[in-house]
Amino acid sequence: MYPAAFQYFRAQSIEGAIHRLSELGEDARPLAGGQSLVPLMKLRFSRPSALVDLGFLPGLSYVRTENGTLRLGALTCHADVEESDAASRIPILHDCAAGIADVQVRNRGTIGGSIAEADPSGDWMPALLALDTEVRCVGPKGDRTVPLPEFVCDAFTTVLELGELVREAIVRFPAKGSGGAYIAFKRSAPVYATVSAAVQLRLGKNDVCEDCRIVLGCVGLTAIRARDAEMQLTGRPLTAHSIDHAVEAAMAAAEPEPDLRGSADYKRVLLGALVRRAIDAAARRARGEQVEVHHEYIGRS
Amino acid sequence: MEVEPRLLLVDLLREVLDLTGTHIGCDTSYCGACTVLLNGRSVKSCTIFAVQTDGGEIHTVEGLAREGNLHPVQQAFAECHGLQCGYCTPGFLMSTCQLLAGNPNPGDAAIRRALAGNTCRCTGYQNIFKAVRAAAAMMMSGDGRR
Repeated sequence: MYPAAFQYFRAQSIEGAIHRLSELGEDARPLAGGQSLVPLMKLRFSRPSALVDLGFLPGLSYVRTENGTLRLGALTCHADVEESDAASRIPILHDCAAGIADVQVRNRGTIGGSIAEADPSGDWMPALLALDTEVRCVGPKGDRTVPLPEFVCDAFTTVLELGELVREAIVRFPAKGSGGAYIAFKRSAPVYATVSAAVQLRLGKNDVCEDCRIVLGCVGLTAIRARDAEMQLTGRPLTAHSIDHAVEAAMAAAEPEPDLRGSADYKRVLLGALVRRAIDAAARRARGEQVEVHHEYIGRS
Repeated sequence: MEVEPRLLLVDLLREVLDLTGTHIGCDTSYCGACTVLLNGRSVKSCTIFAVQTDGGEIHTVEGLAREGNLHPVQQAFAECHGLQCGYCTPGFLMSTCQLLAGNPNPGDAAIRRALAGNTCRCTGYQNIFKAVRAAAAMMMSGDGRR
């Protein structure tokens, strides 16, 4: 299979890419790692008239800490996040990066590409929404930094304007006593998740949950913040009882669509199990335990 | 060399350069039969345009054997019957090379993770695991070519 013909431009600078994309108009697309765009083009679901290749731009692949934040350059591939010591200080980020597709895809796919695509089945959105994340964008009108919840508008739709690109993701380090986990269930390693759950919570004295975010992936047009579920945990000690209520509330907040990955009922039940596991792992991490978390798929073990 | 922008890396290898060792399996970025190393990292060559690899170093299965001697990974796959029809094998060999370059003595969990992007419909994977372990042992003891 090969895509429809397109014009190819290789960006030499980010300013050049912005200028070129603005000039070419809506039918042109930026190309980063291409791990979503190239398959879509081969299937001819996507037929851009031109691609502006960002892959040769220097200085956009990094993970570094700065003023209590972690900064991830847009062209950082998932494998580099997975292997980053700085990123592993926020375990939920490592869970996410290490579980995306397979080695080959993680070696090419980029965090900036994933954020800009805003695929409701993508892994990064739920994990990043469980944290305080901002997206630094750069476009014809200059630089702006947008909180992630405001960045995503709808499935495959963001606030990015014509010619505007994701420059980096800025994640605030969680407070002391905070722990998080991200778990996805997928039918096999290379495919998109069927359902996923991200939990970040902070435990205080007597195991009281002082702060909590629960985000659901693949069960709506965007990742869903399950605020009712969060309320079941926040402000009270974490108990089997409160976790049961949170799981129920998360399942109620989901809006799964039946598709070839499963029926709506199946996805809702699966989601409940993942939320429960993610709460457990997040809580143990918040208490200082080392917990390994994996995406679940057939053949993993 | 000049190529059309839409030419995929796998088609450059197979159709233009006549390096047909790299196979096209699913053609949808799933099966990993087309795995090659780009600057030392495994990638699916059906999901990259050739132009994206301009100036990069590509390693394919053709580069494994030297002077008529099989690479230890090839030798181990042959000896352990890590293949049946052989269609997926070039991809498995390249993924194994990337794994062993970073982790010379991988446990089963690491092997599973490293090969999760490669599909084999014949072997049931048991002998592939044996082959990877044997290749690791061979390369660590200095047996085989490397």
